[in-house]
Amino acid sequence: MAVTRGVHPTIAVLERHLTLYRRLWQASVFSSFVLPVLFLLSIGIGVGGYIGRVQGVDYLSWIVPGVLASTAFQIAVGESTYSVLGDFKWVRAYHAMRATPVGPADMVRGHLLYLVFRVTIAVVAFLVVVVFFGGLHSPWALVTPLVCAFLTVSVAAPVMAFAATIDHDSYFSLLFRLVALPSTLFAGVFFPVEQLTAVLRPLAYASPLWHAVELCRAATLGRAPAWPALVHVGCLLLWAAAGLFLAVRAFRRKLED
Amino acid sequence: MVTTLVASRVSPGRVGAVIGRNVGALRSGPSYWIVLLSGFFEPLLYLLSIGVGVGALVGDLTVDGRTMSYASFVAPAMLAVSAMSGALAETTFNFFFKLKYMKTFEAVLATPVRPIEIAVGELVWAIVRGSLYTAIFLVVMVAMGLAEPGWAVAAFPATVLVGLAFGGLGMAVSTLMRGWQDFDLMGTGQFALFLFSGTFSPVQDYPVGVEVLIQITPLYHAVELVRGLCMGVLEWGLLGHAVYLAALAGAGVWFASRRLTRVLCD
Amino acid sequence: MADQPLIYARGLVKRFGEFTAVDGIDLDVAPGEAFGFLGPNGAGKSSTMRMIGCVSTPTTGELRILGMDAVHDGPRIRARLGVCPQLDNLDPDLTVRENLVTYARYFGLSRAESRRRADELLEFVQLGDRAGGKVEPLSGGMKRRLTIARAMVNDPDLVLLDEPTTGLDPQARHLLWERLFRLKQRGTTLVLTTHYMDEAEQLCDRLVVMDGGRIVAEGSPRSLIETYSTAEVVEVRFPGMPEAGPRFAAALEGVGKRVDPLPDRVLVYVDDGDAALAEIHRRGLEPSSVLVRRSTLEDVFLHLTGRTLVD
Repeated sequence: MAVTRGVHPTIAVLERHLTLYRRLWQASVFSSFVLPVLFLLSIGIGVGGYIGRVQGVDYLSWIVPGVLASTAFQIAVGESTYSVLGDFKWVRAYHAMRATPVGPADMVRGHLLYLVFRVTIAVVAFLVVVVFFGGLHSPWALVTPLVCAFLTVSVAAPVMAFAATIDHDSYFSLLFRLVALPSTLFAGVFFPVEQLTAVLRPLAYASPLWHAVELCRAATLGRAPAWPALVHVGCLLLWAAAGLFLAVRAFRRKLED
Repeated sequence: MVTTLVASRVSPGRVGAVIGRNVGALRSGPSYWIVLLSGFFEPLLYLLSIGVGVGALVGDLTVDGRTMSYASFVAPAMLAVSAMSGALAETTFNFFFKLKYMKTFEAVLATPVRPIEIAVGELVWAIVRGSLYTAIFLVVMVAMGLAEPGWAVAAFPATVLVGLAFGGLGMAVSTLMRGWQDFDLMGTGQFALFLFSGTFSPVQDYPVGVEVLIQITPLYHAVELVRGLCMGVLEWGLLGHAVYLAALAGAGVWFASRRLTRVLCD
Repeated sequence: MADQPLIYARGLVKRFGEFTAVDGIDLDVAPGEAFGFLGPNGAGKSSTMRMIGCVSTPTTGELRILGMDAVHDGPRIRARLGVCPQLDNLDPDLTVRENLVTYARYFGLSRAESRRRADELLEFVQLGDRAGGKVEPLSGGMKRRLTIARAMVNDPDLVLLDEPTTGLDPQARHLLWERLFRLKQRGTTLVLTTHYMDEAEQLCDRLVVMDGGRIVAEGSPRSLIETYSTAEVVEVRFPGMPEAGPRFAAALEGVGKRVDPLPDRVLVYVDDGDAALAEIHRRGLEPSSVLVRRSTLEDVFLHLTGRTLVD
């Protein structure tokens, strides 16, 4: 029987996404690479010209790691919403997979691996551009793609669980506007979370994006993060583990009966 | 000229029917009100994050000899952006969807409704929805002490004009769209306008070539007009911005209805 | 192994909340058999198919597929099944060939083997010239054939087809039947649902008629006709129908085994059509038109599940 050898089902799911990506990658270049660079120019350099030093460094250097992590965050959220709902509702690709040895856990893991691939490309391209702006100050910057990979899983997994639970795509507007955008704007990407009122600060601390921003910032500036690095990593892993559990459960329920 | 041309051929009742269809369709959708209201949060969140958060790092800003807080510099720009994105959301994504997939317009055109009436009806609907956002936003600005109540009232019609201009532009653009992939491009263009139209830092800071380029684009004029009124700085230049936006609105509607006639009636 | 049924079900039940979709059915499908589920919409055919496909868990009852337990060995069973669902779920953004290769990889086939199988199956379903094209522009019949090719990609021991020809035009249906017949000749076990009687007669060695979640009849198409109908049916029309229908139906009583008055004609179930016709004339009845035909599964079906429309 041919089925006993060869590729793992998770990898087969990853391959499907890569085959699709080969067809659609041009469109994604803009959103995942050009946009962050524009952001950097407008806020980092434009607004940065009016800002002195923040936490001891120039503003551009300060927000580079923030924009870096938020790029990963955007891809993780953006690619786990419509595409997941669509594969349940319109394409029914997950139903097709369900009839094979591919299980819900393979579907979730295959998609996450694909997102890590996408994020890594975007993040590395961004880092290369930032080098020319003089935005990196430590060889530790090399670990930021790894941090972004952790961030991707910790964000995309719960979003996939959400996408597999809802029936109508209008709920995504709520996710984008009430969760994703506030996370980007208030999780220490553009200004230190210490500026937030004491009531809001715990929300930033709860966000996986803040932990990733802190780790990336520590790496590109070559200094210690706000909390011990292991605590930040632990928080990301916690989000990832909970998200994975919820996503696999949501996929299983959606495909049952 | 364009307005009279439009007015002479448009029946308010039929335009109203096009608008009514939109209201009905939206109300039947799930979580209608939350989705509608959440659209307002976007510019507000930017105001709080960049205007207030980053503003605390900037301190005060001096533009054209006037000194102001960074938040009061950014707030009118976010107001203009709010009017823009409200109008664009309705006239691009939704308009294209109806044009291409739902065949709504073909069904509507089987009745006495004419293409120009569809265009005007869609535009009015976009403005109604966009104005809801800008009105709430103006209230927030007054409450935060970022605009005087009197000037806020004066700025409101300006935001309606901004909505008309981008609504017209959006409709014209969506009649040219080939598929969803074009929306990615449009989204990027919209985002670039959002970032560089004097929204977060004065355009005078940019190199001269870039500055001139920005002054050709519509959001720059929208931001300048709304900011002038919000700050109570009445200058002749404001009239120029207003004329630019009115011309854009007229040209957009004219072009869109011409394209609609060609696409649907041939 | 050979005498062990591929599908073995005893007391199989599927409930969705208060609703009972499948109400205690027993099944045995032997290797190499072409087995059909016949029944009106909502009879429980698709629910049964989904349980056999190991994507839906039985509420109660025993279900063994390929000798394995359907609940616990799902992935291992699915590895040896081919499924052609009622709704096409092909990947519209992939090419025709990529659809097959991608699917083959789900079964763990090597890359080279996946490509080889894809090309071979595209020839089999006569889509070789569309290999590099998108799925979107394919006709309904082509999409179905591609879905069937996809179901064959892992060289399955058992192929499940849920309403394989629903919505297709006659040419497309016949082409599809011909391909399915070839599969059957190769010894592939086919299980299909349908509400087309001609399809069931064409393809199935044995079938069950389901109604209201239960099996109401079982056998080969021929034996079902023999058991639940007569060899021939005489269809007669009279002037003045439908008002005059009941009167003529009463007059036809006793000509055959059963009389079924319809609004536009009266059906008389008989063993010998010509003899019955002679009897009709002997009774002095003068139909405006007469048709003598062989009894079909449709007669069985309507007899067993009634003429009331089920939606």
